[in-house]
Amino acid sequence: MSQTQVVVSGTKSAPKLRAEHLGVVYDRDGQSMPVLEDIDLDISDGEFICLVGPSGCGKSTLLNAMAGFLSPTSGSVTIDRETVTGPDPRRILVFQERGVFPWLTVEGNIGFGLSKLPRAERERRIAHYVKTVRLEGFENSYPSDLSGGMKQRLQVARALAVNPDILFLDEPFGALDSITRVIMRGELLRIWQAERRTILFVTHDIDEAVQLADRVVVLSSRPARIKEVLTIDIAHPRNISSPRYLELRDELLKQIGLAYEI
Amino acid sequence: MSSLTKPRLWEKFFWPLIAAALLLALWYYSVVWTATKVFPSPLSVEKGIVELFHKHVLWADIADSLRRVAIGFGLAVIVGIPLGLSLGWYPSANQVVNPVIQLIRPISPIAWIPVAIIFFGVGDNAAIFLVFLGSIFPILVACISGVSSVPPIFRSAGRNFGLSTPQLLMRVIFPAALPQILIGARLALGIAWLVVVAGEMIAVDSGLGYLVIDSRNSGKRYDLVVAAMLMIGIIGLALDFCFRRLEKIKSVRWGFRDAS
Repeated sequence: MSQTQVVVSGTKSAPKLRAEHLGVVYDRDGQSMPVLEDIDLDISDGEFICLVGPSGCGKSTLLNAMAGFLSPTSGSVTIDRETVTGPDPRRILVFQERGVFPWLTVEGNIGFGLSKLPRAERERRIAHYVKTVRLEGFENSYPSDLSGGMKQRLQVARALAVNPDILFLDEPFGALDSITRVIMRGELLRIWQAERRTILFVTHDIDEAVQLADRVVVLSSRPARIKEVLTIDIAHPRNISSPRYLELRDELLKQIGLAYEI
Repeated sequence: MSSLTKPRLWEKFFWPLIAAALLLALWYYSVVWTATKVFPSPLSVEKGIVELFHKHVLWADIADSLRRVAIGFGLAVIVGIPLGLSLGWYPSANQVVNPVIQLIRPISPIAWIPVAIIFFGVGDNAAIFLVFLGSIFPILVACISGVSSVPPIFRSAGRNFGLSTPQLLMRVIFPAALPQILIGARLALGIAWLVVVAGEMIAVDSGLGYLVIDSRNSGKRYDLVVAAMLMIGIIGLALDFCFRRLEKIKSVRWGFRDAS
C-alpha cells in the first residue's frame, strides 16, 4: 500500500490543525461586524496552545470556528487535512461553566459520549477517567453536589472519555476562584502530559497562558488578527519566579498593551 | 413569633388544625342556626361517608374516576411530550400550529361534553376524551417553553458528542426541559381531576362526579353530595402530593432549586 505510506509520511510534517485566512463577520442588526480577520495558524499534534487577547476580541469566536460550531465567512480550518464543517466527537469543546449535564451523575456525564461502546469497555473508560480527574467516590453524585472545580474536571473527563484528538477549552477556569484555578492548571498539565492531546486553550489570564502553553497566540482587539505568537521555552514544571518566566510574562503584557506597573 | 425562628413541630400542626376546627364549627352552627332541612351538617356528612363505604359503591366510583384520569392524562403525556418537544425544537412548525392551539386552549373541556358524546357516546371514552383535552395543553405549553429555555451550551455539547437530532431531543433536550415539563404535567393532572368530575356528571353513569349528581337526583341526599365532594377534594390532594414527590427525584431535582 504505497499510497497509504505517502499519506502517512505526508501527515507527519503537516500540522494537526491549520487555519488559513480565516475570517468571521457577524451580522448585527443588518450591519456587518468583522470579528476575525485573516487568521493564519498552524498547530502541530500534541501541542498546547493558549489564545489570549483583550476581552471581547474574538477569542471564543476563533475557538468556535475551529471546533466547527461556527462556519467561517472566509478562509478555512482543516484538521488532518480535512476541512472542518461541523462539530465532531474527535474534537471536544469544554465550556467555561454549566457545561456538565445536571440530570446525570458523574458516571453518566463521563459516559455520555460512549453509548455506542460495549458495556464493559464503557465502564472501563468511565472508571479510568473518574480516576484521571480524581473524582473517585463521587461516581454517583450529581453535579449540583460538586464544587465548581470538580464540575470543570468532570467536563474535562467527559471530553477525554471519547478519546478526542483535540480539546478546545474556552476559559475553562474563568469562573473558579484563584486558588482553585491554580490547582486546576496543575491538574490539566498532568492530564495533558499523561494523555498527550492537542489543546487549544482560551484565557484572558496572562499568567495562566505562560504557565500552561507551548505557544501563546496573542490576538489584537476586534477585529482580531494574530498579533504575535510567543513560544514559551521553559520546561515543565515551570518556576514562576524564574527570570525567563518573568521575561516572557512581561513580553506578553506588552503585546496585549498593558503596563505592568499599577 | 419572629419570621426568622423556625416554627416548632406542634405549631406546624396546631394552627392548621385550629383553622379546620373553626371552619367545621362555623359549618355546624350555620346549619343549626338556620335550621335548614336541606343542607347537611358535618355529622350527617360523616354518616354519609360511612354509608357510602358500607354500600361499596364508593370504591367502585373512585376506581372509575381514577381510571379515566389515568388513561386520559396518560394519553396526554404520551402524545403531548413528543409533540411539544418537536414543536419547541422546530419553531417554524410551532408558528404554523400555535394559532390553532391558542384558539382551542381557552375552550373549557366542559364545553366539549356535547361533542364528546357525539364522538364517543355516553360512556368511558367520552370522559377519557375530556380528561385528555383538559390535560394536554398545559403539557404542550410546558414542553414548548421548556425546549426554548434549554441553555444553548447543552445543545452544543450534545452535538459535539455526535448526537443526531432525535438523539439530541431524547438525551439532552428532554431531560434538560424535564423540570419544566413536570410543572406543566402537575398542572395538567390537577385540571384532569377537575374535568373528570364534571364529565362524569353528564357523560357517564359511574365515578365520583356521577355519585354527586346521582345523590342529588335520587332523593336529594345532600349528605351524600357533600360526602362525595369531600372525597373528591381528598383524592385530588393526594394526587398532587404524589406528583410532587416526583420533583424530589435526583435527575430532576436540580431544576427545582434556586441555586444551581
